[in-house]
Amino acid sequence: MDFKLDKSHQLQQQLFRSFAENEVRPLAKEMDENETYDLGLLSKLQKYGFLGIPYAKEYGGCGSDTLAYTLCMEEVSKVDASTGIAISVHTSLCCSCINNFGTEEQKQKYLRPLIDGSKVGCFGLTETNAGSDVQGAQTVAVKDGNDWILNGSKIFTTNAGFADTCVVFALTDRTVPASKGLTAFIVDLKEMPGITVSDNIERMGIRAASNCIVTYENVRVPADRVLGPMGKGFKIAMGALDCGRIGIAAQAVGIAQGALNEAIKYGKERKQFGKSINSFQNTQFKMAEMQTKIDAARLMTWRAAIAEDNHEVFGPLAAMAKLFASDVANEVTRFAVQAMGGYGYCREYPVERMMRDAKITEIYEGTSEVMKMVISGSMKLK
Amino acid sequence: MKIVVCIKQVPDTAEVKLDPKTGTLIRDGVPSIINHDDRAGLEAALQLRERVGGTVTVVCMGPPQADVALREALAMGADDAYLLSAREFGGSDTYATATIIATALKKIGFDLVITGRQAIDGDTAQVGPQIGEQLRLPQVSYAEELDVDGDYIFVKRQFEDSAHVLKVKMPCLVTALSELCEPRYMSVRGIVDAYEKTVTVWGFDDLKNDLNPEWIGLKGSPTNVFQSFGKKMRDPGTLLKDLTADQAVEAIMEKLIERHII
Repeated sequence: MDFKLDKSHQLQQQLFRSFAENEVRPLAKEMDENETYDLGLLSKLQKYGFLGIPYAKEYGGCGSDTLAYTLCMEEVSKVDASTGIAISVHTSLCCSCINNFGTEEQKQKYLRPLIDGSKVGCFGLTETNAGSDVQGAQTVAVKDGNDWILNGSKIFTTNAGFADTCVVFALTDRTVPASKGLTAFIVDLKEMPGITVSDNIERMGIRAASNCIVTYENVRVPADRVLGPMGKGFKIAMGALDCGRIGIAAQAVGIAQGALNEAIKYGKERKQFGKSINSFQNTQFKMAEMQTKIDAARLMTWRAAIAEDNHEVFGPLAAMAKLFASDVANEVTRFAVQAMGGYGYCREYPVERMMRDAKITEIYEGTSEVMKMVISGSMKLK
Repeated sequence: MKIVVCIKQVPDTAEVKLDPKTGTLIRDGVPSIINHDDRAGLEAALQLRERVGGTVTVVCMGPPQADVALREALAMGADDAYLLSAREFGGSDTYATATIIATALKKIGFDLVITGRQAIDGDTAQVGPQIGEQLRLPQVSYAEELDVDGDYIFVKRQFEDSAHVLKVKMPCLVTALSELCEPRYMSVRGIVDAYEKTVTVWGFDDLKNDLNPEWIGLKGSPTNVFQSFGKKMRDPGTLLKDLTADQAVEAIMEKLIERHII
């Protein structure tokens, strides 16, 4: 049991931190206000390998691991949670499905460009009537000769505004429950006729992230783009979400640490009643509590990541990490705004954005309530 | 083309403080970085390699912890790395340091040696030129642009108010300014690869055939730091603005009288 990062991970953390400070921080406020992700920044993320961290070098990835991926997620989310989710959806949701369930040919053809920095991925599962309960899914795929014809609509597809590749789930058997009738497909968002990507959905937080409705109208998908066994889509999606929750937990840790760092910096300089507000014991004790919670969340996240790297059962660990870290992110960002008072509430400072961004970590890739279902499900309560 | 880049691991001066009693740097808890000018030199080497092919080797003299500086250089794209580290090398001044590095460079071989202009902790700007002298190489210091054509390099050398462009036949040595290149980031894959590579560590025994122990370390150093001390901060002066000449003279006289100087 060693809680210290090894040298390679320390150096990776140093890279993520300096990149986030120098390249991401200067753009974060403007991207939030414009509700648009900077594509120049996206290509820099690709160039330095941020979109292929835990994947094998033989497919064009970085050959690093999930732990390093959480370090990346934390460092970028400290300054911009929208960058965090762009990386997370691409890495954990889209690429993990192809990496874990793709054939050798599919990995060479579809995974390689995603993880070597040429293409960006997204993931289409959620529908208007199928959120936490996937049974409401209505997107269908019907066999036509050798191909499949997709019809339906997916909401909240992150990265869809600029992504090339989407792993999308559709019912191939409507005679059974969705958990047995869903199949995964790999589609080209930009090239396949019949796919329409909506404008950005207006949101409270992570406003720079691309998040759209993707509509499929008679989209012809060749059979070699079926990912994994027929009818195993639900299992593939749930496996991807297990991976994704580690990323979201790390994102939440990053948002929390970023906000606390801002409050500490501000509190050193801000003077009231003749001294800096950080010299009041009330501030000090609150900051100590916040840092303790962030550290606990970080350790839970690392534990889940290391379990995944060791090929152990990690789903419940990831759910616990996300449940706790997302709660901490909301508490710490609320504190940071409070500690900075009127200025914390102003858009000139980043903590109001962080407070808005924190909320989504309790909702996406499984709400906190769903996390409790996953955790309690693993506890043999019945 | 074989390019060798000499780098130094230095404390990050943005975070460094001086011990008020001894006047020396407090190194405890201060992060170490690759010296800025050296990183620019490394970037220039990587760009030259991308244009004309060849290899980039990095060399660093320092304690075992300097390994991480070499890993960082590998992660930026260098091909191989040497750490010159030995108890016998400790206490070396610039001359003794240059002696050790020059000996290693002879053993490694090179067409072009690039060093940084100067290190942010010592600020001497001597080691690069001294390596050049000891290897009897033509050298150009203060390089702000660098290009290569066949056996020749072209270097734009910075002066205070002008610049020279020099054409130099290789093998030769160049000392790089930070302005030479904007260093790239490491890449994630580069870091993973860097820790799968071997950093060759050379101690005294590896170089002793060409290295006189009398020329290195504390006893081989012609200079030593006799005393170091911090500067006392002085109050900023008073700025008198928007005055006519007569008003200025009057104001200055008033101040001088007020302070009993006249």
